[in-house]
Amino acid sequence: MSVTERLVLAVEKPLKEAIWGCQMCGQCILHSTGLSCPMRCPKNLRNGPCGGVRANGNCEVFADQPCVWVEAWKGSRRLPVFRDHMEHVQKPVDWQLQGTSSWINLLRGRDRMAPKGWEAHDQP
Amino acid sequence: MTSPSRLAGLLRDGHFVVTAELSSSNSADPQATWRRAEVLRGSVDAINCTDNTGAHVHMSSLAAAHLLVEKGLEPIMQLTVRDRNRLALQADLLGAAALGVRNLVLMSGDDVTAGDHPEARRIYDIDSMQLLEVAAAMRDRGTYLSGRKLEQAPSFFIGAVENPFAPPLEFRPLRLQKKVRAGADFIQTQLVFDVPVFTRFMDMVGELDLQKKVFIIPSIGIPRSARGARFMQQKVPGLHVPESLVSRLERTAPARQAEEGIQIAVELVRAVREIPGIAGVHLIGIKWEEGVVQVAERAGLLPRPTLSPLAAIGIVHSPAGGGQGGGVP
Repeated sequence: MSVTERLVLAVEKPLKEAIWGCQMCGQCILHSTGLSCPMRCPKNLRNGPCGGVRANGNCEVFADQPCVWVEAWKGSRRLPVFRDHMEHVQKPVDWQLQGTSSWINLLRGRDRMAPKGWEAHDQP
Repeated sequence: MTSPSRLAGLLRDGHFVVTAELSSSNSADPQATWRRAEVLRGSVDAINCTDNTGAHVHMSSLAAAHLLVEKGLEPIMQLTVRDRNRLALQADLLGAAALGVRNLVLMSGDDVTAGDHPEARRIYDIDSMQLLEVAAAMRDRGTYLSGRKLEQAPSFFIGAVENPFAPPLEFRPLRLQKKVRAGADFIQTQLVFDVPVFTRFMDMVGELDLQKKVFIIPSIGIPRSARGARFMQQKVPGLHVPESLVSRLERTAPARQAEEGIQIAVELVRAVREIPGIAGVHLIGIKWEEGVVQVAERAGLLPRPTLSPLAAIGIVHSPAGGGQGGGVP
């Protein structure tokens, strides 16, 4: 890891962990999910809630915590932009990026790389 | 070996289909699976083989589905992303195709903490939406997710699930739409005990015009006792059982509760059949295949149809273009 990458991580990691409970997946889609981090979902769901969400809106696994996708839905309705991104089919996680800087991956276009067999569904 | 899905043929022919869930086996003897499945023969069009249902270990859905194929019964293989990464999922999908499995239902799966191995590591390498896309890519483009070519593409009829009763309720139809975009041909819903809530869900589905693009099959549970209904209401994640239904069973004498449960299921089948855009029902009697047969009979779902000659050889309407979408009888 280069010095630049370390410096960026030194800012990005504590900031995003403190504000959004960031899990450092390195391919941030917070803007598409109402600023609720989908990697906090115990099933790592990137495309919406599972069927186990409790009637009070809490998580199937962590009964005392709100479902991150219930939060994502509410959050996306409050955002002035990117609301329609809730309807996008998000590509699989690239686990090679775990722990790297999503800001650098964004600038380099690395976080937009999908497996060759994946067909993009960014447009409804 | 390349025979198409009979279930797809029936739906595209416009029939109101009946599917059922097979009790999962804990036996190394195939007879245990066959005995349960034989009860359903002639009363349903296809049979779901569950994948470690409730996160409890059972015989694999792939093996159970193949056992059904051997006996000329049509399986629907359920597959969750809970226990397998993307390599194992694709390997099992291709293996299933080679063993004659044509129908899939792909889902996230109940969390490991709901089952008998709560200490297990969860996988969730890809999510259920992405698995739909992976199966569709194998079928439609003949490639693995990596882009590498298959020698022979599988012919799958791809199913997904949706829970119309879990929050956020307004997002559920949009999530269903995403599943259709990702490749779902049909949907089996969570158990429907609350018809008004399900009707509102279907209204939203109708506003998105989805019933023309995907066959929607609600699940109907057959409660066997008041205690079972109370357990489902309080303990099973994602299930919504109205208090009126549980108390109706509790007011019934214990010896007559199974009979009352069948009556409830028959009423639910009749009620959902009235809702526009419903293509069939999926009957679930937990370890109670005999209950499924009784509900099918008393709800007027028997005899089951045979395929038209054209559909039988794979020349069938598409849901979008054939005007039969939704399978409204």
